Amino acid sequence: MSSTATTIHTEAHAAHAEHELSFVRKYIFSTDHKIIGIQFLFTVLFTLGLGGLLALGVRWQLAYPWTKVPIFGELLWSDNGGAMPAEVYPMLTTMHASVMIFLVIIPGLSGVFGNFCIPLQIGARDMAFPTMNMISYWFMWPAILFFVASFFVTGGAATFGWTSYPPGAGNLQAAPGSLHGQTLWLLGLLCVGVSSLLGSVNYITTIVKLRTKGMSFFRMPMTTWALFITAILQAFALPVLTAALILQVADREFMTSFFRPDDLVINNEPAGPGGGQPLLWQHLFWFYSHPAVYIMILPAMGVVSDVITTFARKPLFGYKPMVLAVAGIAFLGFIVWGHHMFQSGMNPALGMTFMTSTMLIALPSAVKVFNWLGTLWGSRIRWTTPMLNALAFVSMFVIGGLSGIFMAATPVDIYIHDTYYIVGHIHYVLFGGSLFGLFAGLYYWYPKMFGRRMSEFWGKVHFAGSFVLFNLVFFPMHILGMGGFPRRYADPYFFETWKDTKPMNQMMTIAAILLGFFQLILLLNFFLSLRRGEKAGHNPWRANSLEWHTPEIWPGHGNWGARTPTVHRGPYEYAAPESEEDGYYPQTTPPPGSQAERAHAH
Amino acid sequence: MHSHDAPVAHQFDDAGQQQEAVTLGMWLFLAQEILFFGGLFLTYAVYRSLYPEAYAAASHELDITLGGINTAVLITSSLTMAMAVHSAHAGRRKAILGWLVATLALGGAFLGIKAVEYAAKFEHHLFPGPHFQFPDPALAAPARIYYSLYFAMTGMHALHMVIGFGILLWLIWLTARGRITAQRAAPVEMTGLYWHFVDIVWIFLFPLLYLIGRHG
Repeated sequence: MSSTATTIHTEAHAAHAEHELSFVRKYIFSTDHKIIGIQFLFTVLFTLGLGGLLALGVRWQLAYPWTKVPIFGELLWSDNGGAMPAEVYPMLTTMHASVMIFLVIIPGLSGVFGNFCIPLQIGARDMAFPTMNMISYWFMWPAILFFVASFFVTGGAATFGWTSYPPGAGNLQAAPGSLHGQTLWLLGLLCVGVSSLLGSVNYITTIVKLRTKGMSFFRMPMTTWALFITAILQAFALPVLTAALILQVADREFMTSFFRPDDLVINNEPAGPGGGQPLLWQHLFWFYSHPAVYIMILPAMGVVSDVITTFARKPLFGYKPMVLAVAGIAFLGFIVWGHHMFQSGMNPALGMTFMTSTMLIALPSAVKVFNWLGTLWGSRIRWTTPMLNALAFVSMFVIGGLSGIFMAATPVDIYIHDTYYIVGHIHYVLFGGSLFGLFAGLYYWYPKMFGRRMSEFWGKVHFAGSFVLFNLVFFPMHILGMGGFPRRYADPYFFETWKDTKPMNQMMTIAAILLGFFQLILLLNFFLSLRRGEKAGHNPWRANSLEWHTPEIWPGHGNWGARTPTVHRGPYEYAAPESEEDGYYPQTTPPPGSQAERAHAH
Repeated sequence: MHSHDAPVAHQFDDAGQQQEAVTLGMWLFLAQEILFFGGLFLTYAVYRSLYPEAYAAASHELDITLGGINTAVLITSSLTMAMAVHSAHAGRRKAILGWLVATLALGGAFLGIKAVEYAAKFEHHLFPGPHFQFPDPALAAPARIYYSLYFAMTGMHALHMVIGFGILLWLIWLTARGRITAQRAAPVEMTGLYWHFVDIVWIFLFPLLYLIGRHG
């Protein structure tokens, strides 16, 4: 490739960027990765509200069972005196989990930050396949529609949990919600799957092939690294779930019996032909859905690494070990799915194997935590909103990670299986971890996305309220779980044993409602700052990584003007001798005395 | 493949980078496809190990002649597809058109023969719906699983063929409009990869569904 040819191409790029696109092509059916990332963000704010309301429904029933539900009771169940009917409760738990996992955390981390950050952080002009990227976003909407519509079909939404275990989920007549709601759930998940599969091809190809000059793999920021490894997990685990979803659809709609056991009786009637293995579903499901747990946490780990280094003004402690730890977690994530099935009657030798491989994950996880602590050690921390959320991530992830080890131990797991201990654990990882990571990234990149800053004051109010209330809602779940308090029961107080836990549950519910109100502060701060926020300038956090060094604050289509940047060092050189007093030493600044620097100066 | 007159999308530096990215993306997609069919093959393996007699008995009901002819048809279509890619690299438009039409015809023949086979299964009540019947009632339940897998796996394969059919029509249109040249052969090349992949799936399906257990 001769240099003349390069010039011709780059001029063509510049000309291309200038011609105006219509509103629809620019903001709705956009192929620009930045717009697609922001589309994912707005969508996720909507689904977060939806998932949160479903959770509050669950909490209301656990605190004040069979009483009138405020506001929604009157609207939805007036014939029942405003109280929730018994069959609705499992729909709420099922759909809360499904919405939060598949429509909030996965698109929130991979969709928002993957699209927005990857090309900017590696110096690319866009994703490798922009049209496919657009299709990936638009596949989210059928999924959302299927999930929402399922509440309104005969029988209502899916009721068999986000894991959809057969034989319950595999038979139309097993429960009201398994009539059509379950089928819609399966179709929705297929759409989410297509979206993620297309996205993962794009992310991997973009990162492997479109890095700019000087951007070697080991100069990439941790966010891009984590999203890269997450994309590999998605690409290779999700297709197996897709196959399983199709088989369950066939069981339900075409009378096959992949997962229906012999002689199954439902409502005193034979359920249909048998011979199938319900356990096979569990293997196929968890082969994806355990890696999915890491799909939901690894990108947040990347985001948090970027945020912590920026506000500690220090290099990331052990950058390469951090990368290897993410890769290690991802690899181990593929061989531990059986730990969800300790109660399925598996061979104890196999259980032992899964227990050991699961506990091994503590090693790379500990590497990450100690390296974050090492980064913070002796630094002068800037207590910004993104930093507070990132520190919350680290501390809550420690609690969630440690409680995970209890579950990995087969003898303990038999005791706490299907109790609130599990619910507490998963929320410490997914809310305390992933969601605080998402908040950190949102506050951190908001100035890059919209050119303005969110209010620091209201950001800190939102953080403080969320952090305290989060712990009030979810920490007691561990205690309840130790007492055997079961998950998925609409009325545990039916049993004498758990009657005394009601006041604790009421406290948790009140905290949960307040937690919901505190998210309104985030929403208000988000939307009001779009217009009224303080202008951010190019690089409000004085970060060194590439995404803050575009020619314009909001770069046009193609990101980099005439020429993609040249990268001279890693993203975390806050301690280099050449750096400014506060550690500012961007990836794009040529080293002193180099030919490039002299050219740069002129 | 470096060339200066190939159209380069704005996100790529040059045609070489574009070609590499497109090829990597295609292979990633195929890896996902392998894992997707892998889930189905795993299901096949689990039930085969549980119900070997039913598998043997049920596979006897398949038409090995039609299946064999279809295998030959499909392998030949891979050859014509490879020739289309070869002609595309040479930039010989008429040859590309000819080979693509031949591939399309062979793909159509495969789907036609498959439809005849499916019709026979419906007629013999071997479709795993409400009217399913198996000659040996003792093996009916596991034989139903075998046929469920038969329809799921060959059905998914046929769906991939139909999608390939559509892509071939699009390629023929592109070629006829003169949009495929030696420098712009990537669409043909990528379709070739896809077509060969779909072929290879059949190469596994044919022995697993038709041949295994026939000696019993």
